[in-house]
Amino acid sequence: MSKLLDVRDLHVSFTTYNGEVKAVRGVNFYVNKGETVAIVGESGCGKSVTSQTIMRLIPQPPGIIRHGEIHFADRDLVKVSDKQMEKIRGSELAMIFQDPMTSLNPTMTVGRQITESLIKHQKLGSSKARQKAIELLRMVGIPSPESRAKQYPHQFSGGMRQRAMIAIALSCRPKLLIADEPTTALDVTIQAQIIDLMKRLQEKFGTSIILITHDLGVVADIADRVVVMYAGIVVETGTLHEVFFNPHHPYTWGLMASMPRLDLHHEQELLPISGSPPDLISPPKGCPFAARCRHAMKVCTEYMPEMTDLSSTHQVACWLEHPMAPKANKHTGRNGGEADE
Amino acid sequence: MSKQERANQVTKAPAKNNREVILSVKGLKKHFHLGSGQVVKAVDGVSFDVYRGETFGLVGESGCGKSTIGRTLIRLYNATEGSVTFKGDDIYQLKGKKLKEFNQKMQMIFQDPYASLNPRMTVLNIVAEGLDIHGLARGEERRKRVIDLLKVVGLNAEHANRFPHEFSGGQRQRIGIARALAVKPEFIIADEPISALDVSIQAQVVNLLRKLQKEHGLTYLFIAHDLSMVKYISDRVGVMYLGNMVELANSEELYGHPLHPYTEALLSAVPIPDPDASKKRERIILEGDVPSPINPPSGCRFRTRCPKVMELCAIAAPEWKEVVPNHWVACHLYDKEQK
Repeated sequence: MSKLLDVRDLHVSFTTYNGEVKAVRGVNFYVNKGETVAIVGESGCGKSVTSQTIMRLIPQPPGIIRHGEIHFADRDLVKVSDKQMEKIRGSELAMIFQDPMTSLNPTMTVGRQITESLIKHQKLGSSKARQKAIELLRMVGIPSPESRAKQYPHQFSGGMRQRAMIAIALSCRPKLLIADEPTTALDVTIQAQIIDLMKRLQEKFGTSIILITHDLGVVADIADRVVVMYAGIVVETGTLHEVFFNPHHPYTWGLMASMPRLDLHHEQELLPISGSPPDLISPPKGCPFAARCRHAMKVCTEYMPEMTDLSSTHQVACWLEHPMAPKANKHTGRNGGEADE
Repeated sequence: MSKQERANQVTKAPAKNNREVILSVKGLKKHFHLGSGQVVKAVDGVSFDVYRGETFGLVGESGCGKSTIGRTLIRLYNATEGSVTFKGDDIYQLKGKKLKEFNQKMQMIFQDPYASLNPRMTVLNIVAEGLDIHGLARGEERRKRVIDLLKVVGLNAEHANRFPHEFSGGQRQRIGIARALAVKPEFIIADEPISALDVSIQAQVVNLLRKLQKEHGLTYLFIAHDLSMVKYISDRVGVMYLGNMVELANSEELYGHPLHPYTEALLSAVPIPDPDASKKRERIILEGDVPSPINPPSGCRFRTRCPKVMELCAIAAPEWKEVVPNHWVACHLYDKEQK
């Protein structure tokens, strides 16, 4: 398989009154053609900043791309001019956002918002574009698309707005779709509809997807590979099965153990990760998870762990992988750590 | 075994009849008038009992009326119809001293920890507000009580003089919990207390709520849309759809043997964080959206999305009945004639 997107050593910062917030601190990952890569992590871990940097939607200033390369279809997106980027954005790269209410223009009909990019990128005439828009709305499962295309976003329900967003994003058949928490704002039954739709469309068009989410349930449902981020760095990456059934980073264990599951018994305790993520204005010099990690050693607070290869697809950044490290109780999925206190 | 057979079979459900009912809701309705004759029937005839010391979970999608029930129970709204008895008194008839006592015994934890704390008050004054209103403590005693409460919820004394903006979401929710606990309540309504928090922090807050329940013998009404979390924390769960309760059972029973088609669909839509289980299971994907509560469908409100809809469903609203002991459902599939 060939790499469609390859992000190498990306550093992104924001200047604020309090100092420089180092939101992304050396992120590496890639996306192959036709696959779905999920980026998981808590708020503030840099997952959204990474995706917005790929789209070049980071306002500069205050944002600065300090370092790194983003290779996408033989170009480095960090270096291309704004004008070129405008051409790529919408036609080859597309994005859907968490909140479909604030990401659609309330003063334009839904139909016009879809035709906008068709006219701009595919140079379609307005009547042809309108036909295509109606077709797209039908494809994403909006009933009576002819009349719906003339309506405004406020006349749509949350699930339908997200469908309309997907229609806009897919209008020019992008190679890569970035979905930033596409289902977080939706109810479970609607969430299931949207995930189902995304899967179907991916099969049909072979689009690669970067899915950004904190919901491991959604990840298990749709992803091929998983990238786990914490405090601006990638702590673990691997195929879906490697990360879910053989997680190696204590943070990944923690995430798995702190989530309630339907098959979890009432008497079993949830194992929370104590504490909260570090401040990224002055991030710790060692492993950022050390302060919350049950297995932290002296070396963890002093030096950043290197990425260790566990297989050709599975990498983890943790000192426990070092040959001299003590054997921690791992590989045990949900009972990964001892109970807190 | 089919659902019907199961429904007809008398199972050895634990007898809960000897437990004390702390809150009893009968035929509760809450309608909002929008003007020009339009009425939103947010809650339209809901009945249930909550036993002392248990956690009663209320789930449903947005707009199903679960938060409205919570707010009506604590008298933030007045009920349009129906009665609510708390420890034997009708809460809408309470006046004077009795009302004050009720306000003390029932407390609420809100969803948004950013909007529910006054940004211009210190944590000390936020937590102590209930103490002041009910005249429970003053001066040094007041300060001491607040600091004790902060310790109980996992904060410490130095946090008392800070303002809400200095705290993270999880910490703010802890402040909200300390405030609710300050007046020694017996019943706490938690309206989506963890929805706004990150996964790793959610587990911290839920474990705290469970610990406090054990230590103080609290009763919870836990409102949420996250089914796995509700199942985890609740003893019994009520499922709501468009202003009605459609199913009520203890949580293992409800999740193991859902009777109502809506509950089945809702459960099958919950993403499972396990790739194998997730690929194996069959999902029931409901079509369409929840209809508007201004103009709900006739008969059973779920019929427009129900995969098992029958002719009868459009004509008559299903009765709320106990199909298996302690397992209530409102659905025509379980009518006696259907056998």
